[in-house]
Amino acid sequence: MSAMLPKEFADLEPFAAAWCLPSEPQRFEKRLASSMDEMQAFYDAVTPRAAAALTYLDRYALDDLPHEALNLMHLLYSMIMVSFPVECWHAPRVPDSGAARIDLIAEPVP
Amino acid sequence: MARWPKPPEGSWTRHYPGVGTDPISYEDSISPEFYELERKAVFEQAWLNVGRVELLPRNGSYFTKELQVAKTSIIVVRDMRGTIRAFHNVCRHRGNKLVWNDDPRRETSGTCRQFTCKYHGWRYDLEGALTFVQQEREFFDLDKKDYGLVPVHCDVWEGFIFVHLSKQPRQPLREFLGPMITSLEGYPFDKLTERFHYRSEVKANWKLYMDAFQEFYHAPVLHAGQSPPTYANAAREAGFEAPHYRIEGPHRLISTAGIRAWELDAELRKPIEEICRSGLFGPWEQPDLGVALPSGVNPARCDPWGLDSFQLFPNFTILIWGQGWYLTYHYWPTSYDSHVFEGTLYFVPAKTPRERVAHELAAVSFKEYGLQDANTLEATQSMLESRVVERFPLNDQEVLCRHLHEETAKWVDEYRKSGVRAGLR
Repeated sequence: MSAMLPKEFADLEPFAAAWCLPSEPQRFEKRLASSMDEMQAFYDAVTPRAAAALTYLDRYALDDLPHEALNLMHLLYSMIMVSFPVECWHAPRVPDSGAARIDLIAEPVP
Repeated sequence: MARWPKPPEGSWTRHYPGVGTDPISYEDSISPEFYELERKAVFEQAWLNVGRVELLPRNGSYFTKELQVAKTSIIVVRDMRGTIRAFHNVCRHRGNKLVWNDDPRRETSGTCRQFTCKYHGWRYDLEGALTFVQQEREFFDLDKKDYGLVPVHCDVWEGFIFVHLSKQPRQPLREFLGPMITSLEGYPFDKLTERFHYRSEVKANWKLYMDAFQEFYHAPVLHAGQSPPTYANAAREAGFEAPHYRIEGPHRLISTAGIRAWELDAELRKPIEEICRSGLFGPWEQPDLGVALPSGVNPARCDPWGLDSFQLFPNFTILIWGQGWYLTYHYWPTSYDSHVFEGTLYFVPAKTPRERVAHELAAVSFKEYGLQDANTLEATQSMLESRVVERFPLNDQEVLCRHLHEETAKWVDEYRKSGVRAGLR
């Protein structure tokens, strides 16, 4: 299978298929469907590489990202998504949010 | 010891004497009868915001808005001359909903040159005139001039599109908004076009969610888990105080002080905030808004300044963040114990991936907080309905909640009285 991410980020490739998700509804659903172990492993791998990823991505204009860079961008969005379960909740869901749901209807692309 | 000076009367609540200091009733949030009155007295008598002009980017752009509270649907359109208009979304022939896609209950949008009814093919131009009747000769004395779309009063202020459902609005829009709101004129709303839009069906009265977002007394408690323990403990210890409240006519404002997250000890911040240089309050790096802020924002002249939350009666909030972005809330009642909440975040469009990532953290944080706020509402609604407790004490940081309920009651009272005079409308 060909790489999804830029070659400089080959170490994150094991997470790419699962977490390079272009829309918030996909990322939110993936978060709810994941175990804390899975999210912790992803978080532990991606957060130390985030500064390098941002530096890499900033070589491009936002509206002109090559395919692999766009995937890396989506991976960073997923990092943000899992940061709440990992850093705050120690569970996939927001505590005490059983009956509530807030759906994202529109978001900027990318 | 107050951290911020209070008005000479000793409290914000006594500064605005109309709101009183007694415990308040939430009967207005649990009574189906009150809701029926509120629909007519408030939602059919006030200017309602239905979106921004950017939703109608070119001539022929339109969107529909379901206004269950008024039992209608409207079409908002930019006509071929560029004028923004609104119409009830009903065909004049046999009453079919004119513009919809697949599911008539769902809102839709698009671009067109005319509206064509799906039922018998009647057509209307974008100024509402009936232009084509299928087999016109089969009708009896039908003059197309008499069967245009039913217009809805529509006006635009600072790019915000408002409609008014009464036959004749009591006030023009700008007069209804009043000086506190119009002092926002000049804020570069038109430059903040990067948009995150959220929607939630909430099983609670619309005023309960407005209350949740017009006091921050809850913030150090309900949202404690969103911050590192050292920060959360300090915040809870200190409690919340706003430096400024203002009530003017039917509208309200709370302004808060900010923090310079980047100057805090690292242990007071979450790692993700460090990485993205952003958080709930927005990106640490402020965008260049290109203009000086208008006189109406940051009325307490806080430095750092957190946010100004302008609550426009009845159901619309414009919240301007000190970090150079804004968001809006809409609360659309669907019954006495349910409503649709819409939250929309607006940023100066990111030019770089780093800027966009900072926006993403602000947006994801917004939803995490919103989920906590939304869920307490259903819990509140159900227990208010038990009527076990009927009077509730509100503190000085909850002064705006008092005002919303009082103002709503006032509109309902006025409507009742005028209804009696007019022999029931």
